[in-house]
Amino acid sequence: MLLLAEQVLNGLQYGMMLFLMAAGLTLVFGVMGLINLAHGSLYMVGAFACAAVAAATGSFWLGLAASLAAAAALGALVEIVVIRRLYARDHLDQVLATFALILVFSEGTRWLFGSFPLYLSLPPVLSGAVTLPGGLIYPAFRLAIIVIGVLVALGLFWLITRTRLGIRIRAGEADREMIAALGVDIAKLYTMVFALGAALAGLSGALVGSVQSVQVGMGEPVLILAFVTVVIGGIGSIKGALIGALLVGMTDTLGKALLPGLFARFMEASAATSVGSALASMLIYVLMALVLIWRPTGLYGARA
Amino acid sequence: MRLTGALPNFVVFAALIAVAVIADLTGNPYIVTLATKVAIFGLAGVGLNLALGYGGLVSFGHAAFFGLGGYVTAILASHAASATPVATFPFTMMGTNEMLAIWPFAILVAGFAALVIGALSLRTKGVYFIMVTLAFAQMLYYFAISWPTYGGEDGLSFYVRNTFPGANTFAPLQFFGICATMLAITMVLVALLTQSRFGLALRAAKENETRVIASGIKPFAIRLTAFVLSGMVAGLAGALFADLNRFVSPTMLSWHMSGEIIIFVILGGVGRLAGPIAGAAVFITLEYLLGPISDHWQALLGFLLILIVLFAPKGLMGLALGKRGNA
Repeated sequence: MLLLAEQVLNGLQYGMMLFLMAAGLTLVFGVMGLINLAHGSLYMVGAFACAAVAAATGSFWLGLAASLAAAAALGALVEIVVIRRLYARDHLDQVLATFALILVFSEGTRWLFGSFPLYLSLPPVLSGAVTLPGGLIYPAFRLAIIVIGVLVALGLFWLITRTRLGIRIRAGEADREMIAALGVDIAKLYTMVFALGAALAGLSGALVGSVQSVQVGMGEPVLILAFVTVVIGGIGSIKGALIGALLVGMTDTLGKALLPGLFARFMEASAATSVGSALASMLIYVLMALVLIWRPTGLYGARA
Repeated sequence: MRLTGALPNFVVFAALIAVAVIADLTGNPYIVTLATKVAIFGLAGVGLNLALGYGGLVSFGHAAFFGLGGYVTAILASHAASATPVATFPFTMMGTNEMLAIWPFAILVAGFAALVIGALSLRTKGVYFIMVTLAFAQMLYYFAISWPTYGGEDGLSFYVRNTFPGANTFAPLQFFGICATMLAITMVLVALLTQSRFGLALRAAKENETRVIASGIKPFAIRLTAFVLSGMVAGLAGALFADLNRFVSPTMLSWHMSGEIIIFVILGGVGRLAGPIAGAAVFITLEYLLGPISDHWQALLGFLLILIVLFAPKGLMGLALGKRGNA
């Protein structure tokens, strides 16, 4: 039972990380209609910025701030130089150009930092374990990730529903010509939305990099999971991104934890492990296929 | 097919043959291998172009079909080498190392995968379609990594190249000849297909779906057919690629592979028959020339791609041919 509770918390933590990635992707899709493959690169840049600054200053918190700043700054720069020329193009051009951006960022990072993974040391406050009610001992940092995810989700909902910027973002989704005609600087708005998404991706990269390792190419598997999340949740919906992220996080974590044991009940142990883990790696895609059969535009997606 | 429109396609194909033959005569087998790679990647690109260029279906998952073709080849060949059956149920199936026996299997398996993935993905449109095809290809990629029977992450090698009646497949030029012949046959079939009523309907569905529906054609069936055919061609290309390297690994299924196949199509020019060959040739030449100069040649490739997307959206053949012809 404790083991299951731990896996549920792991799934929650994984889902929160995916949410930070998927929120930026879905905002950029929803508002600008842009498919951004380079979102995973921003995640990687955030992780490297955190690792470099934390190593130079000795402070994890400065590193975390640097990850937000670096990813947001790079996001804004890329938006101004390349991305904004792609809004009017078809999705194929967007795919190709942002795929090219991945090549540039990955090689650039490899050139700066080398191919070897970097490791971050956690701040003392968060490096221990916490005993939860019921006797479960759980790493404090993973709990902190869940809390950060919840805070970001609340912050985003507040931003979108309660602030002037949020009103403009929603108006931009609905009718971009109209709000441009009403005197809103749409180019600036787009740059801000893109930088916001980039900052979230950078934060996510820094947090995951602290648990795992920081290396070139780390953003790519996460990017594809974030795509699956966005497809399940529905493009443009922050709420959908949250629900989708939790579904994907839980399905993947619980599938990997439980399936091998489930197969072991009627198969020999080694075969059960390989069949179980192979199927568990496919589980979220099966989930996506099921959602698409049921709702081709995702759970909360309005537009095709 | 008007000759003025077809001529650039002949020129590109003839140039590829000329490079391979001259390289072989002057004793540069490595260049022949590069030309073979161009023919194989070009073939995968011609396949993708059917869905992407003519049908407007931006599939970011063609590595799935390419990789499946490769894995079918490697699995059949490795079972033939170890003389063990591939399957014992419902009937005993042995491996084989005859290309002519392997290809139909590779094409069928890739086609079946394209049928399932296509039927699900084509329920969606636009950005969703791109992401869903990508996700399904990743599913196969992770499956190949975590399934240990056929090598998992390490891949699967077979030590002898498969055989073709009347040819010595180990001679670089002869293997190139086999690949180039398959490429030529496929190009002729795709040309006939795109000029046919089916091809017209496919292009019409891309241009104006509402009108196509109004004239009584179901776009879903047309698109699914194009997607399956496209996957089959990619599967054949994967089978040839496996034979070229005598090795397959999950890398063939990865999304970088899907991205590269798209690059071949776009570099050459979307919807041009020989475009993918030109695109693959440029890509492989760049890799060959820039690779030794800098380990970071992919960054240069990235910059080049961004420039092409921003300033030459019709691709290299479009650039070279100006406004003329769009066959």
